[in-house]
Amino acid sequence: MNVTREVLAPGVALTAIQTDKFKSAALTATLLTPLRRETASANALVPYVLRRGCRQWPTMGEVSVRLEELYGGALEPTVRKRGETQGLGLIGSFLDDAYTLEGESVLEQAAELLAQLLLEPVTEDGVFREEYVSGERENLIQAIRAQMNEKRAYASLRLVQEMCRGEAYGVDQLGSEEAVAALTPRDVWDAYARLLSTAQVELYYCGGADLQRVRQALAPLVEGLKARRGGTVDRLTCQVVLHAAGESPREVVDHLDVTQGKLVMGFRTGGAEVRREDYPALLVFNALYGGTATSKLFLNVREKLSLCYYASSAVEPVKGIMTVSSGVEFDKMREAQEEILAQLEAVKTGDFTPEELTSARQAVVNAYRSALDSRAQLEAYWLTAAITGLSETPEELIDRLERVTAQEVAAVARGMELDTIYRLMGKEG
Amino acid sequence: MEEKRYDKLGMRLFRGRLDNGLTVFVDKRPGYGKQFAFFATRYGGLDTRFQTQAGWQDTPAGVAHFLEHKLFDTKDGNALQIMAANGADPNAFTSFGITGYFFQCTQGFEENLRTLLGFVTEPYFTPESVAKEQGIIGQEIAMGDDEADTEVFYDLLGCLYQSHPIRTHIAGTQASIAKITDQTLYTCHGAFYNPANMVLTVVGDVDPQQVLDIAREVVTAPGTGDPERDYGPAEPREAVSHETSRSMAVSAPLFQFGFKLPDPGYGPERLRAHLIGDLAGDLLVGDSSPLYTRLYNAGLLTRNFGYGYEDYPGCAFFALGGESKDPRAVADAVLAECIRLGEEGFDSARFQRVKKAAYGGMVSQLNSFENTAVELAQSYFDGVDYLTFPEVFRSITPQDVGDFLKTWFVEKQSALAVITPGGGAA
Repeated sequence: MNVTREVLAPGVALTAIQTDKFKSAALTATLLTPLRRETASANALVPYVLRRGCRQWPTMGEVSVRLEELYGGALEPTVRKRGETQGLGLIGSFLDDAYTLEGESVLEQAAELLAQLLLEPVTEDGVFREEYVSGERENLIQAIRAQMNEKRAYASLRLVQEMCRGEAYGVDQLGSEEAVAALTPRDVWDAYARLLSTAQVELYYCGGADLQRVRQALAPLVEGLKARRGGTVDRLTCQVVLHAAGESPREVVDHLDVTQGKLVMGFRTGGAEVRREDYPALLVFNALYGGTATSKLFLNVREKLSLCYYASSAVEPVKGIMTVSSGVEFDKMREAQEEILAQLEAVKTGDFTPEELTSARQAVVNAYRSALDSRAQLEAYWLTAAITGLSETPEELIDRLERVTAQEVAAVARGMELDTIYRLMGKEG
Repeated sequence: MEEKRYDKLGMRLFRGRLDNGLTVFVDKRPGYGKQFAFFATRYGGLDTRFQTQAGWQDTPAGVAHFLEHKLFDTKDGNALQIMAANGADPNAFTSFGITGYFFQCTQGFEENLRTLLGFVTEPYFTPESVAKEQGIIGQEIAMGDDEADTEVFYDLLGCLYQSHPIRTHIAGTQASIAKITDQTLYTCHGAFYNPANMVLTVVGDVDPQQVLDIAREVVTAPGTGDPERDYGPAEPREAVSHETSRSMAVSAPLFQFGFKLPDPGYGPERLRAHLIGDLAGDLLVGDSSPLYTRLYNAGLLTRNFGYGYEDYPGCAFFALGGESKDPRAVADAVLAECIRLGEEGFDSARFQRVKKAAYGGMVSQLNSFENTAVELAQSYFDGVDYLTFPEVFRSITPQDVGDFLKTWFVEKQSALAVITPGGGAA
């Protein structure tokens, strides 16, 4: 597998991976910009409005027909969040030429469609077509409201909103319902023009075509971007808060009509994050503490005490926070919380076996090795790298992971400070 | 092992069989660093009543899923931990028709394969461990009760079917799992986890013969075959009721609208029926269909929408659903479009294009080791050669799909299940 990264224009880069092991190729464009309360909602609407149609294929039906002609290719709007960066774009997947029925070339046509959708939107009075904006505005509002439907994810979202309420990270990638509702076609158009002008543009290809062919296929898109670039490129930063806000954690409770409670605890990592030397140790710590089925949380909170159906930890690599999330009966919340903290104490004091460490290390190493076999995971890996300015390959990170020691894991654990506790409870009465 | 090449798909599939009946497939993938193994039994949530030498057995709902949890217990500890400690990422699932155990790894493949084959075929249950699991699964069921997407799907099945066990949640209920004992688990394991009722599929850059040799060494139990099962009295052809609605804590109405379809039976026709069913869906409500575009533009459908043909032992149905501010209007529009398509048919260019897209989609699905391994296993149980789908696609005509739509996508086969906001939604 051959990975190349090259800058094609100021603020426009291509990451290309040449491999023939996949049946379909990935082709993705992401515009990276700082996540801000004032701009998040308008930005979030942009990919959905763009996906509605372009000059050559002006309706969603026509875009779908075009994708069917390209062997059921996909070009899905995406809004992502990494640290305090918002990523807006279109994620594409297209059958590799080797598997077409009559030996057609799909890549060039896919790149043309991508360029059209990004650069030649359907306009009306110099801005996006009203019908497309109002339709997608309504859908985005529904999507924001629908966040509460999945209670597990919703509880984690609420924790982040509360814990980081004064930080950019507390802003949801979709923005807020109120802000979306107020957007006009002009607002969304301005956001779009600004993104084309100053966002950091990341193009990604993973498939069987050689680099020269990929460059050529993307040339019209790159030329079009160049013509729309301004003088500056957005600086992508992230405020890492080292310590918990107060002496004792802040507690937040929501009530909804649910039969099972959710407990989510948010920790500051003491500054451990992807750019810091101890990042491999943070990943191994997370696996050992609550990231896997051999972790302390899984074995003790779930298996030994039968306190809940799930209890797991997760780390946000750029922001430097860890969340522990659990599904638990209402009257067992305190008990679960105490056990979750007791297990953290154990890791802090180095109370874990060499087998636990090996198993945690292997789980993380296995995850990164497997990512080398997945187009989507590779894309996610290199997008985070682009945001943080890192160039370490997964293979190099694996090397560092293999060398993580028990002392380093305990040291990372000792940096954890509990900041906020969120509980989702049933309706009272 | 016997090798079969599927040149159009660039695939090499090896197949072997042990004397005790265990069938082994290896999909060899040069150039990949990871390996995936899937070990499955033809035993799922539907199989609550079946015959053993001792006669007909009636078991509580949820045993297959309960067994899936408990089999990870071994005399030497928990198999999940043993495999994870050896670098694997193991898991398992129970569907209506099968239970499958799997792991993915990038090192220690042989050792992990031995562990997988061993723990699944050597049960070790105690009354204490069963009691403890009742607590964990009870929480899993409680969590499921809050998942509106799943609930609305079961509500649809409740409308379509009269007595088929597909009406019952795979995990069972708090009451049904309370009746499970270690003895229940041993009985069901004995009946269904025999090699002749099982299949092993492996995907990755591995030596096929070595996989077969390891299976022969570890899976030594005799094969007693496929137990007879009872899915209840014959179902009426039509949907039993046509509409149901209730409220939960959701932000917008969620719905599933479905058509009850005939059981396609065992063998190649099953794959053909599946592809026809999915093509009917693509033509009716796919991304490029006039109906979807119209409903989307009218704000009646969102991107949170999906559809598909599903088949399980003794039944098949087509369901479409997601979020809508007016599910009834969507259902009515779908029914009207079915009538129109039945009368007017579809032009050949559109049909060919949709078929090409469906073909491309299935080829792309082969990127996923997990998906491929599960499909190969499921297809084996169904008597289907999954990787022949390009040829089956070629044989399907607009007439086939048109007839299917006209016969089955009709009002009396249909039902609508809706979950409306309420019950504490903000």
